[in-house]
Amino acid sequence: MAMTLQRPPAAGAATPQPRRRSRRRREALAGYAFVAPSAIGVGVFVLVPMLLAFGLSFTTADGFGRMEFAGLENYRRMFADPLFTNSLKVTLLYVGAFVPGLYVLALIMALLVHGDLPGRAFFRAAFFAPYTVSLVVVGLIWRYMLADRVGVVDTVLRRFGVEQPPSFLGDPDLALWTVVFISIWFFVGFYMIILLGGLQDIPSELFEAAKLDGAGYARTVVSVVLPLLRPTTFFALVLATIAGLAGLQAFDLIFVMTEGGPANSTSLGIYYIYQQAFRGNQFGYASAMAVWYALALIALTGIAFWLTKGGRFDSADR
Amino acid sequence: MTPLTADAAVGSGERRRRRRGRRVSTALAVVLASVLAFVQLFPLIWMVSGALKPSGETAGASLVPANPTLDNLVTVFTRIPFARYLLNSFLTSVAVTVLLVGLGALAGYALARLRFPGRGVVFGMFFATLLVALPVILVPLFYVVSRMGLTNSYAGLILPVAFTAFPVFLMRQFYLSFPTELEEAADLDGAGYLRRFAQVVLPLSAPMLASLSVITFLATWNSFLWPLTVARDSDLWVVQVGIASFQSQYGGEWNLVMAASLLAAVPTLLVFLVLQRQIIESIKASGLKG
Repeated sequence: MAMTLQRPPAAGAATPQPRRRSRRRREALAGYAFVAPSAIGVGVFVLVPMLLAFGLSFTTADGFGRMEFAGLENYRRMFADPLFTNSLKVTLLYVGAFVPGLYVLALIMALLVHGDLPGRAFFRAAFFAPYTVSLVVVGLIWRYMLADRVGVVDTVLRRFGVEQPPSFLGDPDLALWTVVFISIWFFVGFYMIILLGGLQDIPSELFEAAKLDGAGYARTVVSVVLPLLRPTTFFALVLATIAGLAGLQAFDLIFVMTEGGPANSTSLGIYYIYQQAFRGNQFGYASAMAVWYALALIALTGIAFWLTKGGRFDSADR
Repeated sequence: MTPLTADAAVGSGERRRRRRGRRVSTALAVVLASVLAFVQLFPLIWMVSGALKPSGETAGASLVPANPTLDNLVTVFTRIPFARYLLNSFLTSVAVTVLLVGLGALAGYALARLRFPGRGVVFGMFFATLLVALPVILVPLFYVVSRMGLTNSYAGLILPVAFTAFPVFLMRQFYLSFPTELEEAADLDGAGYLRRFAQVVLPLSAPMLASLSVITFLATWNSFLWPLTVARDSDLWVVQVGIASFQSQYGGEWNLVMAASLLAAVPTLLVFLVLQRQIIESIKASGLKG
């Protein structure tokens, strides 16, 4: 409405309207005042650290305020550090297993509670429940359940005749997959809700039409639901990838459950960075690794946006 | 007309078979859903069961404790200053929620509704930080906070996590689709911007603010990495840091570790049980609708 009033700029400029001008100034002042607290807060606690990460990555900063300029030394050191390349590999394995597993299971759950399943309110709440407790609690519960000899999993496996049950957290070949499984267990309810939101936006006539067509359920899902769910799928996959690469959930779990072990098999990038910074007081080196991960994240998000033609979440071909 | 006659021609036998097929697939769906629900719920039930077991019963696979006891819960309070941790968690979570939601709504409203030069730049700044995850900026953030002298203080626990772009972004989207008529009525009244916001806009956004508050409170209560990093002094530990350290001290005493976990989880489980619908709606809303 304001647009049409202002469209002839000449008229507005020709007839001086002091009341409107002062009104506009008051509006601008109110705008600045309203935005200032958040803008300053985000500036100090997010934007400055973002930029500072770059700055510190070129120094030898330690945890005690000493620092010297070091050029690209930290970056050079990174790729010569076998523990860094190991953490890179662990992170890729983690994300590569976490994201697809999470998506498929969340989709199955969303489809289950979207239909006319008896007791679906209960099932929805049950699927979501793990997400409501903290990851520290999650880590402790699973440590107890998976503990060698005393844990319930071990005991039940023995009862079913497994003589030497695997040590799910103690075996370097298994620990990472255990952490992936627990991450999915924790997060799947959240993604189920996001996908459910997408399913509910699909007109129910389309489901009905597919049914009248005699299309089987699986066919309906593949040829009707999945294409229409693509925007939500894209959003969920990007979110899950970011969460997997730089998210908190993996950090908390690993801190509580494995501390990166055994044999560094669960030493995710973010955990290794934390160790270098706060156990080794290597702020400069840790910053360089953080910058590296941030750039990888930005590149990945950029590729995702490019692939989807500007990140439009609504189906491009509609 | 055609589908009707076709249906009649198919006959009742076909229809019955189709109905039976549907019943079978519903049964299969219920079985699958039950298995998944079991996997999702069992660990939580196991935590409750473990918290009620005396120390002699923690090993093994019996879900119902033979001699259930509440002693573990009491022991947690006497062995570590657990009440203090609960208080710290509560204060931090409330403060973060009030700041994040209140200031986020204020800024989101300004970005959606008020015209001022530089608005695009400010919005761009928020947008640029939208996907920044804490672990990526943890080291420089700690550096900034320690330079400000805020480590080992409530301000250090609260302020660095009370400002993120997400609520600003979410509230802006919300106010963009907000009816203008009521504000215009207030405008004719000659009410100032702050009064208009407080008296007209805020009450009308109460449901949105409530669900944002609930998820913010839960997320802050459950957060671990920042409180772990910023508070070295155990007087400032929050519940999550407290139970993590408890487990490293009393690792083998699983009944106590589960009791501490249960005490840390009860507030969030209660909030979830009471406000399930709002939580689920707010996740759907934050997913994407714009």
